[in-house]
This record gives sequence, structure tokens and C-alpha cells, in this order.
Amino acid sequence: MSLQKEFTKGLWEIVPPFRLVLGLCPTLAVTTSAENGMGMGMATTFVLVFSNLLVSLLRKFIPSNVRIAAYIVIIASFVVIVELMMQAYTFPLYRALGIFIPLIVVNCIILGRAEAFAGKRGPLESIADGLGVGIGYTISLTVLGAFREILGSGTLWGLKVFWSGFEPFTFMVRAPGAFVALGVMLALINFISLKLEERKRRAVS
Amino acid sequence: MSFGDYMLFIIGAILVNNILLAKFLGNCPFLGVSRRMDTATGMSMAVIFVLTMAGMITWLVQYYILVPLDIEYLQTIAFILVIAALVQLVEIVMAKSLPALYRALGIFLPLITTNCAVLGVAIINIQAEYDFFDTLLFSFSSAVGYSLALILFAGIRERFAMARIPKVFQGTAIGLVTAGFMALAFSGFAGLVGH
Repeated sequence: MSLQKEFTKGLWEIVPPFRLVLGLCPTLAVTTSAENGMGMGMATTFVLVFSNLLVSLLRKFIPSNVRIAAYIVIIASFVVIVELMMQAYTFPLYRALGIFIPLIVVNCIILGRAEAFAGKRGPLESIADGLGVGIGYTISLTVLGAFREILGSGTLWGLKVFWSGFEPFTFMVRAPGAFVALGVMLALINFISLKLEERKRRAVS
Repeated sequence: MSFGDYMLFIIGAILVNNILLAKFLGNCPFLGVSRRMDTATGMSMAVIFVLTMAGMITWLVQYYILVPLDIEYLQTIAFILVIAALVQLVEIVMAKSLPALYRALGIFLPLITTNCAVLGVAIINIQAEYDFFDTLLFSFSSAVGYSLALILFAGIRERFAMARIPKVFQGTAIGLVTAGFMALAFSGFAGLVGH
């Protein structure tokens, strides 16, 4: 029951990068297409789940005044594993994400979950939390990537979605479009949760 | 490179390839500390200082430790540890010798370890195969570009208090849209430096 709750809260209640406004740099930089967004999300999820597990297993041994340094070393080790694996098996994606793969180390979502959750809770709960937040982040990045790809290059997963004469809205795949697209999506999420709250309040009264 | 080339290099790093608005590095603190002008200037000073130091030290670590020992794959771990240690060291030294500056920058220093601009620039320095002087120049001018964008943005954001913003856009959402327009303005500088 509680495991399920720890998992599902990552999908909506605290879904990054909208509710937890963390991990913005990769969100803005790599979501030029749905595929890149999903790749980044999956790499982050891998690191998040394993670092949560290890932090949780070691929580009784890590002295609290050096815990941040210890967490960073744990996270960095898993990032190196992801980096080497992606170099070996998914080289085109590795090239597309570029510098943002080593930068998973400083993605505040991962350190944030280690500090706020895994450092205090058991290993199973920490895995559930890591999976939930990671999958929530992956979905967010994929949706944002799809949105920008459809408008910016007129394709989705590399397939054309518009008629042949369609002029793509290149602003969306360039740097300024990233900020605007994320801002608009954040406003949309705010709008939906406001409406949901209103409905809940009406149902109670 | 001649003097003119260096000028172009610096202007390019500050305005055209601004690390914040064109390369998306260091966005979390950008949105986090830009609500007020004084915190934005404090953060800017801390970033200029740490980024320049970190750029130089990671360059030395790469070429004098990692390359000779043939362990370049440990770059990520080595760099983040160097940056974390550097930030800690700067904090201790500053608290002892420059208490006034420490009080001004104090709370921003620990935040810088997880500012991806620092690690990002350190990695770019290596990937672009800069020599030591280029590294120094690039790190410093990137940090200046970061500060410029951060301070300008804080100036705009302070005015939000007086503007009527729709409820769903309040907070981070309007900040992001504004940053988008700033990035659009900065992309106009692309014509300054020919490719």
C-alpha cells in the first residue's frame, strides 16, 4: 500500500520538473525531440533508482556531516556507469545528449531525493520513490520533447505529422523556444491542478 | 591568436554563446535566486569567483593527473569532487580572511557545487581542447555572461511585483517565459561574431 503511494506521488503530486522545480537544465536543453527527451529521462531514472537504493542501504553508516559529499560520490559513480554504457550501446543518443550526460551528477532532483527521502527511509520504499520520480520525469521530458518536435520540426519520433507544405515553427526547437514551451506547460499544469482542487472542494461541500 | 581574436572569443562567450540562455547551464539557481536584486548580485560574484578557479583547477587535474594515469573515464567523478572540495575550501578561507565578503556570499557558496554551469564549463574546456590561457579566459567570460543574464533577469523580475499576472502563470511559469524572451534578445547578438 505505502510502496504504491511512494511510487505514484512521483507521477503527479511532486512530478519534476513541474512540481519540484529542479533539474531544469537538461529539461530545457535536450527536449528538442521526443526521443532525446525520453533518452535523458531514462538515463536519469537509472541513476536515481540505484543511487536511492545505495544511499538507503548505507544510511546508517554515512556520518551526517559528510553525507552530501558521500551522496555526490555515489551519484557520480552511477553516472559514469550510464555514460560508459550509453557510449557502448546507444552511441547516436550519447552524441545527441552530449555534455548533459555527465551533468546528471549535478541534477538537483537526484541529490534532492537522496537528501529528502532515501537518506531516511528503507531500501524498498526508496526504490519505489526513485522509480516514481524518475518515470514522472521521463514522461514530462517526453511530452515536452514531443510538443517542441511537432511544432518545431513538424515531426514526431522522426515521422512527418503535417502535410508536405507545412512550414515548421523553428522558434520552438531553438533556445528561446525551450524556455517559452516549458513556461507554458508549467502554466497548463497549474491550470489543471487548480481545476482539480476546485472540483474536489465542490464535491466535499 | 591575435588580440582581436581574443576580444571576439570573450564577446562570443559573454553574449552570443551565453552559458545560461544559449547553452542552458545553471538554470536552477537562475530561477531560484533571481527574485531579488541583492541575492542575484551575491550569487553572480560567487559564480564568477568559483567558476574561474574551478575551470583552472580542473584543467590541471585533467592534464597532470587523469591523462598521465590514463584514467580519463573518471573525469566526471574527479571534477565534481574537485569542485566540491574547492567550494568548501573557499568557504573556510573566506570565513577566516575576508569575513565581510563571506557574509555577503556565505549562503550562495554551498549552492554552487550543484550549479551545473561550473561542471559544465569545466567539461567544455576539456572537450574544446583549450590550452591553459584559453581555459582561464573562457571560464571567466562565461561566468561574466552568466552574471550579466542573472542580474538583468533579476531586474525584470522585481517589476513582476507591480504587474498583474494571470494566476496560473504566477511564480516560475512567467519567469520561464520571460527568460525565453531574454534568450531571444540575446540571440540577436549572433550577428556580432561571424562564424
